[in-house]
Amino acid sequence: MAQTMTGAKMVVQALKDQGVDTVFGYPGGAVLPIYDELFQQEHIRHYLVRHEQAAVHAAEGYARSTGKPGVVLVTSGPGATNAVTGLTDALMDSIPIVVLTGQVPTFMIGSDAFQEADTVGITRPCTKHNWLVKDTDRLSATIHEAFHVATSGRPGPVLVDIPKDVQFASAIYQPKPKTIARHYAPQVKGDMAQIEALVAAMEKAERPVFYTGGGVINSGPAASQLLREFVEATGFPITSTLMGLGAYPASGKHWLGMLGMHGLYEANLAMHGCDLMINIGARFDDRITGRLDAFSPKSKKAHVDIDPSSINKVIKTDIPIIGDVAHVLEDALNLWKSRGRRVNTDGLAKWWRQIDEWRKVDCLKFKASESTIKPQHAVARLEALTKGRDRYICTEVGQHQMWAAQYLGFEDPNRWMTSGGLGTMGYGFPASIGVQVAHPDALVINVAGEASWLMNMQEMGTAIQYRLPVKQFILNNERLGMVRQWQQLLHGERYSHSWSEALPDFVKLAEAFGAKGIFCSDPKDLDDAIMEMIEHDGPVIMDCLVEKHENCFPMIPSGEPHNKMLLSDAKATNAIAGKGAVLV
Amino acid sequence: MSPLHIKKGSSKHSAYNLRPSFSDVQERHTLAVLVENEPGVLARVIGLFSGRGYNIESLTVAEVDHEGHLSRITIVTTGTPQVIEQIKAQLGRIVPVHEVHDLTVEGASVERELALVKVSGKGDKRVEALRLADIFRAHVVDSTLESFVFQITGTPEKIDAFADLMRPLGLIELARTGVAALSRGS
Repeated sequence: MAQTMTGAKMVVQALKDQGVDTVFGYPGGAVLPIYDELFQQEHIRHYLVRHEQAAVHAAEGYARSTGKPGVVLVTSGPGATNAVTGLTDALMDSIPIVVLTGQVPTFMIGSDAFQEADTVGITRPCTKHNWLVKDTDRLSATIHEAFHVATSGRPGPVLVDIPKDVQFASAIYQPKPKTIARHYAPQVKGDMAQIEALVAAMEKAERPVFYTGGGVINSGPAASQLLREFVEATGFPITSTLMGLGAYPASGKHWLGMLGMHGLYEANLAMHGCDLMINIGARFDDRITGRLDAFSPKSKKAHVDIDPSSINKVIKTDIPIIGDVAHVLEDALNLWKSRGRRVNTDGLAKWWRQIDEWRKVDCLKFKASESTIKPQHAVARLEALTKGRDRYICTEVGQHQMWAAQYLGFEDPNRWMTSGGLGTMGYGFPASIGVQVAHPDALVINVAGEASWLMNMQEMGTAIQYRLPVKQFILNNERLGMVRQWQQLLHGERYSHSWSEALPDFVKLAEAFGAKGIFCSDPKDLDDAIMEMIEHDGPVIMDCLVEKHENCFPMIPSGEPHNKMLLSDAKATNAIAGKGAVLV
Repeated sequence: MSPLHIKKGSSKHSAYNLRPSFSDVQERHTLAVLVENEPGVLARVIGLFSGRGYNIESLTVAEVDHEGHLSRITIVTTGTPQVIEQIKAQLGRIVPVHEVHDLTVEGASVERELALVKVSGKGDKRVEALRLADIFRAHVVDSTLESFVFQITGTPEKIDAFADLMRPLGLIELARTGVAALSRGS
């Protein structure tokens, strides 16, 4: 039955048909008709954020922790421009997000109307695709297509800009199509000849390593399952990027820990010394490769990626496989089994002996203190006290993020929400709100630095309004820790503007919003404080005062290869020099 | 087969066809990009080139299939083999892009450009301009007692050569269409 309805009603109907039950947003003049429709229905729950950037980060947290697309509704002009950081963040980390923006009526577009901005123009480079809908006839089909584009292939953010007159006008609603008959259909099955080449290389490899990334998480739970089976069956070591943590369990015996600039010694040296690198859903990001001409010089490289542009972008690949991780892993695993489950047993045993030598370096060791809380110690205690719980971790960006990645163990995918590619300070708090909305009974902790956290602190209002018991675990060093670390390493210890002289009293701040605040500065009180935080039924800000000048190690200085890692402060001052100095 | 009767090329699988090494040699490639004729699609293509720092030597665009809402963008670009492959893969990622063809590597192709050249002069110079135009098979499309407008078609190099010859003879204005290109044969 063809149904005629207003554009605004169509939006709500299309969201319902797409299985959306949660929207993060902020109303304004150009989206009032849609908000009016939201008011008159009960299928979709709307969460009012305090800033549009936070709406997108919350949707990212929701999406990454559920595998479903996150949905955002904001107004024209400033509503849309405030969403830009979130859109760019989602694009860099391949998170499926659908943002609906209001726009001034079609007849006013281009007239510099009140709250007018060229939203599709501004967001063109920071979305996977976007649409300006000028005709109500096209609205419902466009929204369905938007969901298809956001979630298929390499996922990403999309935006649909809807002028106000299009929301008021009526047209026939097009239901969600069973199949999208468009040319946009990314390839999911990998080329069998290439998969065969990969399996043949795996059978012979003496020093193989799996290098996995966010693509495994994006591919869905089946991909993680297949990866685990493959790793266990072959006995190959596995490391992962920041974005891929949890795809293989941290407790698994083949786990080397995270790799990259602040990755583990054994993981980076395994990457440097391997003879077969199996990249699954990672993109040779500059945080991973270090100096390109010295990156893993002796290895044959296989690369599985659904996005053809990721392959051979920076690192030349010997066995490229374009396809979805789960599909490719399934085919490769089946082929490997049918060819007799062969591996180079002697080579592997020797390789593992070498890796065990590297492990003995114990690169994550740190000197605990009795008088001040070391940030590593705080994260390690958080891990010990929350392990085994139904736990989701978000982070902001900086040193605390790296310590969280190093000292927390992730057993399952979709449990780790962090801003990887864009490095967005202010991501973690709103993301934790999105995660808690999706998992109301879970323990959701945002490991934060005080500077990042302040960037979206207004979201305390959202947490209180919807009774979301998110735990804000702030490692407070009263510094922009990572900036300070780089100033020490690169700029002769001239700490230009990397500290804050006017931090709030976080306990009072929590109380001002109606939440619980906990302060802790003595290592002896730390466990009790963490327990108090996780046991409290409601949002908590825990202000954990930590050592102010702690640096994050291990570290591959910019412009250096994997085997030139810094393990401690001893050689750190002015460690970044020459060509590396221009890199970030 | 595309509406332009071009066999689907290698561009979607460009990763499989990467040439031997990451060489530093700058190559000139002509790309034919078939896109959905919708608002903003040209901005997406141009934004990709400027955002990622690729070169555009020439760009032409026009609708080629009205019913199918398809436009054809012909781009001449330069870069190392790796950059060229990356450009093709990045173009293929744009949602309204249907097909990307690298005419430089997908067999032989023809390239043509049209230019209008205004030359002003008197006496010998005027005669010489007319004589050279004849050699280049340029047509006179406008004429006054003191000027000609020539229409010339050919490869970009031919137009460059013609313009260079006209410069001392009184070239005052030049308008070029940019390159249009098709693969040879059926």
